[in-house]
Amino acid sequence: MKPIIELIKELADIHGRERHNLLPILQGVVEQERYLSEYSMIEIARELDIPATEVYGTATFYSFLDYKKMGRYIIRVCKTITCSMKGEKQILLAIEDMLKIKIGETTPDGLFSLLQTNCLGLCHKAPAMLINNDVYTDLTPERIREILTSYINRKEEGGSDVN
Amino acid sequence: MSTSYQLKRADFIFKNENDWEEVLSKSISRPAHELINELISSELKGRGGAGFPTGLKWKVSAEDTSDVKYVICNADEGEPGTFKDREILSMVPFKVLTAIAICGYVTGAKEGYIYLRGEYHFLKPELNKAIKEFEYYCKEIKFDFSIKIFMGSGAYICGEETALFESMEGKRGEPRNKPPYPTTFGYMGKPTVINNVETLAHTYTIFKYGSKRFYDLGVQYSRGSKLFSVSGDTPKPGIYELELGMSLADFVEEFGDDDTKAVQVGGASGFLVPRKRFAETNIGFQGKLVGISLPTGGSMMLFNSSRSMFNVLDNYLNFFAEESCGQCTPCRVGCQQLLRGIKAVKRGEKNAQYLDKMLQLAETMQYTAKCGLGQSVANSFSSIVENFREEMIY
Amino acid sequence: MGKKLKITINGEAVEIVKGTSILEAARQAGIIIPTLCYHKDLCVSGNCRVCVVELAGQKRLSPACATPCEEGMEVLTNSYKVRNSRKHIIELLLSEHNAECTSCYKNGNCELQSLASEYKIMNQDFIHLVPFHNYTIDMFSPSIIKDDSKCIRCQRCVRTCAELQGVNALTMAYKGEHAKITTFFEKAMNDVVCTNCGQCINHCPTGALVEKNYIEEVWTAIADKNKHVVIQTAPAVRVGLGEEMGLDPGTRVTGKMVASLKRLGFDAVMDTDFTADLTIMEEGTELLTRLKQALVDKDPNVKLPMATSCSPGWIKFIEHMYPEYLGHLSTCKSPQQMFGALVKTYYAKARNLDPDKIVSVSVMPCTAKKFEAARPEMHDSGYRDVDYVLTTRELAIMIKQAGIDFMRLEDAHFDRLMGESTGAAVIFGSTGGVMEAALRTAYELVTGREVPFENLNITAVRGIEGIREASIKIENPLKEWSFLEGVQLKCAVAHGLVNAKSVMDSIVSGAADYHFIEFMACPGGCLGGGGQPIPTNPEIRAKRAAAIYAEDSGMPLRKSHENPEVAKIYKDFLFSPLGEKSHKLLHTKYTARKRR
Repeated sequence: MKPIIELIKELADIHGRERHNLLPILQGVVEQERYLSEYSMIEIARELDIPATEVYGTATFYSFLDYKKMGRYIIRVCKTITCSMKGEKQILLAIEDMLKIKIGETTPDGLFSLLQTNCLGLCHKAPAMLINNDVYTDLTPERIREILTSYINRKEEGGSDVN
Repeated sequence: MSTSYQLKRADFIFKNENDWEEVLSKSISRPAHELINELISSELKGRGGAGFPTGLKWKVSAEDTSDVKYVICNADEGEPGTFKDREILSMVPFKVLTAIAICGYVTGAKEGYIYLRGEYHFLKPELNKAIKEFEYYCKEIKFDFSIKIFMGSGAYICGEETALFESMEGKRGEPRNKPPYPTTFGYMGKPTVINNVETLAHTYTIFKYGSKRFYDLGVQYSRGSKLFSVSGDTPKPGIYELELGMSLADFVEEFGDDDTKAVQVGGASGFLVPRKRFAETNIGFQGKLVGISLPTGGSMMLFNSSRSMFNVLDNYLNFFAEESCGQCTPCRVGCQQLLRGIKAVKRGEKNAQYLDKMLQLAETMQYTAKCGLGQSVANSFSSIVENFREEMIY
Repeated sequence: MGKKLKITINGEAVEIVKGTSILEAARQAGIIIPTLCYHKDLCVSGNCRVCVVELAGQKRLSPACATPCEEGMEVLTNSYKVRNSRKHIIELLLSEHNAECTSCYKNGNCELQSLASEYKIMNQDFIHLVPFHNYTIDMFSPSIIKDDSKCIRCQRCVRTCAELQGVNALTMAYKGEHAKITTFFEKAMNDVVCTNCGQCINHCPTGALVEKNYIEEVWTAIADKNKHVVIQTAPAVRVGLGEEMGLDPGTRVTGKMVASLKRLGFDAVMDTDFTADLTIMEEGTELLTRLKQALVDKDPNVKLPMATSCSPGWIKFIEHMYPEYLGHLSTCKSPQQMFGALVKTYYAKARNLDPDKIVSVSVMPCTAKKFEAARPEMHDSGYRDVDYVLTTRELAIMIKQAGIDFMRLEDAHFDRLMGESTGAAVIFGSTGGVMEAALRTAYELVTGREVPFENLNITAVRGIEGIREASIKIENPLKEWSFLEGVQLKCAVAHGLVNAKSVMDSIVSGAADYHFIEFMACPGGCLGGGGQPIPTNPEIRAKRAAAIYAEDSGMPLRKSHENPEVAKIYKDFLFSPLGEKSHKLLHTKYTARKRR
């Protein structure tokens, strides 16, 4: 984990400091931090010499650019039609039950956040979800327990949290 | 077209031909106008859903005298029920890259972008590898062209081409006023050809085999083959390449579960066709086909009799209310009204006639919304409410 | 002129220049198309869709504001389809709007209300959406109240804050049903980069953004027999107030304004113009002092160019955006605050009043003045120097509440002691005015001669361009100013903060070599202030400016240093510009703030 200021400078060096480089920089910060804090947005605004409000207005437009503190693993369960028909609710219940959090919440240990998302483009393998950038399809409550356990074990093994 | 038209499978897109280097070098040795004419005579229309003639798009951009131009591959596949572009990019990325580069050659653009939706981040590493290899070959044959991936971040509306430009320019993905159109004023205000992933993949077929091979598939006004993303209540969900012009009855015969109540053609922004209209509905672009012809980005969602059409519509409207960019009144407020309206009718808080008021509202949204999202909410809303009115009330 | 095009609107042939929008073409042809998100000051956004029209051969309707005319176009502005759609759109806007009109500050001057009335939206069938949103009213700012429940997302405020002011305190955030206009992380307006200029208020078509009004507080003070309530009136108010009274823009109502203030019950009606003249004496001296420090003493710490400090919106802007350049600001308080400090000292003494019993009120074309008056440092009289600041609009409300038939009032005169002014002070109300006034006095002070311009009109600094430059060569100065011989005094004028920003950027980059710059936060200067009548637009600003300059040329005295009451205050009280008393009462300091 790099200090945020350093990360932002590095991202700006890679992508550039023009307004049209904003999204990749926001994405880069979210990739490491999982969300955009007030501080991050101010620093990004400073680096690109654009108003902080513009950074905020832009970031909040995009569902994957969270602006509230998130867990290390962000679970996004698809709620669009096919997934909803194929048991999305049961998947959510299984996650809520296992992690003891509701939609929009983060586990107290900061490991998981649970969110819903719109169509993931995996309708033929519904229900589906993302954990960070990784795709999980054909979900069942049993599979949910396996998947989440594997993430919990990663933490216990002190393994890499970048997937 | 008669309803007895048979389902015809085609196999172009996913055929692993591994000859992209040859297709690229051969194509860019031909005069640009020849390639444009090839596209025009193939009658290829955009496969993202809107169906604009691809050859014409390239032609307008090619004729612009600007010294900076862009080619953008629209891989912001967000329409519910559509997942073909993902498959194309993971199975045959080189066909798409080749097509982008040929478009660059034809129009005079030196830079291409793939706007890849955030949900498909997992495709990025492999796709980047392919781009590296592709650019290496371009250098080898001294063809000056670069391709970059631009990642989206979770916004359905960015699939709308001008919203996509705004997003690439680092802004909120709010669609622009049109005119001006992308071919003359696109990304960074420069002439831009923006094509759907599948459209580009088809141009590969056309440049390789010639326009006739493509034109001979399908029916009048709806030439060629098309990928269909099949999901919902079907024993065989997946992606299928079929000739255009098929009847929905034949489609259901093939993909239904013998209990198909309705098919949503074209995703949440498309039309719901009830069983009684399967026979008279053809899948293709508007033209002189007999009966109804429905264009589609390829999303085919089947619903059997266990499904409540109220729930389906409720799900769509939730989707639209969230994914509208929120700038124009008819879409921002209209979607909320339709969503809350059907709930109010269902709960008995509004009487059944309120559905008629909402049908009129949907029509106004179609006439007045700034972009395709708001304009097409009426498609699913009206087709569901008109065909399944009782389910909305009781 | 560009190529001509022929179109028809509602069947009538119209010829227009290529590039004209349908909206503009219709207006030229005398056909009104209603609008909401459209504003002449701003770029076209085309998001409200109220202005949709039907084009022959097209199923979909087109926004008239954003659609350019094309040869042969057949436009219908009032077809069945257009009317139905437009009505739907107005209904939709009303459904997301807190339409409690009778308790709304904008009742009677609301564009949405007018549209609803025009289209006779009698039955609100659509579901009221306000309860589904968790709206709050932001009342933390001393200048601006932001009520999201009345917002219709036309984004006029967002465009105003970005395009005219370059401040970007406001943005559209989130999307879809959650889309709303807000600040950085939804902070209160007083906790962000907002300059309180009020241009957002002036451009808001509904009651979502309004000034924090102090009408009741002022009525209460007037009613209190133990209080001596003094009011001062800013120069731009007299050319704006008439519009609120139903007069044409550009009507001067100075005498009637004074008469109405007396009828309202103020104990003394005096003029901010007096302290505008005083500002020129102080600021002019300050400029000459800085020039001397730079040219004679070669003092490396002297800050040039010197920037004016009368516009509180501009002050807050530089405090946020260029905090390291605060040393360039003149230390002079604004005329309002000079007046406030003097009212509870000089005036109180002269009139033998207990300053504790004085209530100091001002009427300003400005909402930033409300913030300025509330700044903690503005207590140099030992009391809060200005107790209440009213905008031109608030004053109009009070006049109407008092039942005054404005048109039938006899002109009245300002009260003495701090009521006399010159033409130089009047033009403070326009962009370029402070500069012109300063040059009239400084040039004469230095050379002993009047500025070398016909009728004292320094036309180079007048006008509407966002940034204007002028230079004046000093020749044959008086002996004590001999170091200025041959110096080209370089000046610039900027109005609208987006222009202020580009001038500041040129200073930061070192490209600019000005000596003196006038900055005004609002487009057109104070006459286009955020507290002025709504609507304000380019044409109206031009008319108000013409009125200001007419007022100036009609004054017997045109130069600040000729104001006899100014001479008197230096003789009796202040003794000299930049003297000890001046320092205590008329000068101030600034605060560096955060850029967000």
